[in-house]
Amino acid sequence: MIALLLLPLVLPFALRSPARRALERLTPVAALWLLTGSAVIAAGCSLAALGVFVLTGLLRLPLFAALGELVHPLRTSANGLVVPAAVVSAGALAGCAWSLTRWALRQSRALRDARAQAGCGPAAGDLCVVESAHPDAYALPGRPHRIVVTTGMLRSLDAAEREALFAHERAHNAGGHHYFLAAAELAARCHPALRPVRDAIRLAAERAADEAAARVVGDRRLIARAIARAALAGQSARAARPDFVPGATTGPVPQRVKALLATPHVTHRAAACGLAALLIACATVSFAASATGMVDVHHRVEVAQGEEAG
Amino acid sequence: MADAKDERRPAGELEATVMAALWAAGDPQTPGEVQLSLGTGLARTTVTTILTRLHDKGVVDRRRQGRGYAYFPVQDAQGLTARRMHTELDRDADRETVLARFVAQLSADDERVLRDLLEP
Repeated sequence: MIALLLLPLVLPFALRSPARRALERLTPVAALWLLTGSAVIAAGCSLAALGVFVLTGLLRLPLFAALGELVHPLRTSANGLVVPAAVVSAGALAGCAWSLTRWALRQSRALRDARAQAGCGPAAGDLCVVESAHPDAYALPGRPHRIVVTTGMLRSLDAAEREALFAHERAHNAGGHHYFLAAAELAARCHPALRPVRDAIRLAAERAADEAAARVVGDRRLIARAIARAALAGQSARAARPDFVPGATTGPVPQRVKALLATPHVTHRAAACGLAALLIACATVSFAASATGMVDVHHRVEVAQGEEAG
Repeated sequence: MADAKDERRPAGELEATVMAALWAAGDPQTPGEVQLSLGTGLARTTVTTILTRLHDKGVVDRRRQGRGYAYFPVQDAQGLTARRMHTELDRDADRETVLARFVAQLSADDERVLRDLLEP
């Protein structure tokens, strides 16, 4: 039982390598769905496994055994490991709960601030302009969806590049990308091994919006130029700031620009299917292992309750 | 034809386009100047209609210039609050998780790679 329930806890590590390759082999939209789906399932199953460990440990205590109406002691494989596993799992679950709560509070505050800010700025259509020299732009989901752009950003781009930017942000809103980003962040906070998967999901959302924008404006180079110009403008505005964080590897912006400048790739069907199958398999194994583990524990509890013969 | 494509776009998108052009320009613009700066297939009458609509909504103001008007964005007192709030939002590194930003922060390497990519 313990071995079976350990599987959902280690499977997120197996997702990391296919997640990094997902955007090379799949279309951005397919990658977005598959990565988010498998990350959410992997995270949910690892939480369930931790929960089962805690429950099994609790049923060892006389108080909880009485509450659970156990008439026999709960029998499990690897009896010596049950209590340490329960203690570690309880710690991990508490850490998760703390991290999720803090994140949810911060996010709702950030969204509220952003909505208030967009509400008081001058609006035209779905565009909200914020007076700020710092070039910045983001999609603000809500009813109606809006795009928020600073005057600094508008002045850094020419008319065609501004249309590219708007098309990109509208694609985020139309595709409901904020749901994917929130799900990815939740998963990464449930299991730290999913952080690289979250980063891959973020990049997939940007790539999906880039490709949708390229279809709208009908010019991939234009989207690439707008992204590069906006990023470089933001960089020069930030140069004097002390909180500059140097990255070790090439970040997402050059990857997006490169992908747009390259000819739209013809996906090899076999490679794409193989990678999709790998992601789906990880999620399925994770789900099957935690479900079997839970059924097994349920059976053992019933035995201990004297309802079934051991 | 580009004209037909641009004229068919939803009214909200055209308003956003014209508004962005006014903010980017920085000084009052006549409909002709806006049309020129956009460089797209929008007819001048369409630009004038959109500017009038934006003026009715109170998001742009206008002053007489020659036989027509020159338009400029309304910079209200609330703009200051918005600016302060933007600084607050900017400080929160977590914001990117739900608010998908157009561009992320660049590393020194990224900047070099981008400049190389932009070279014609």
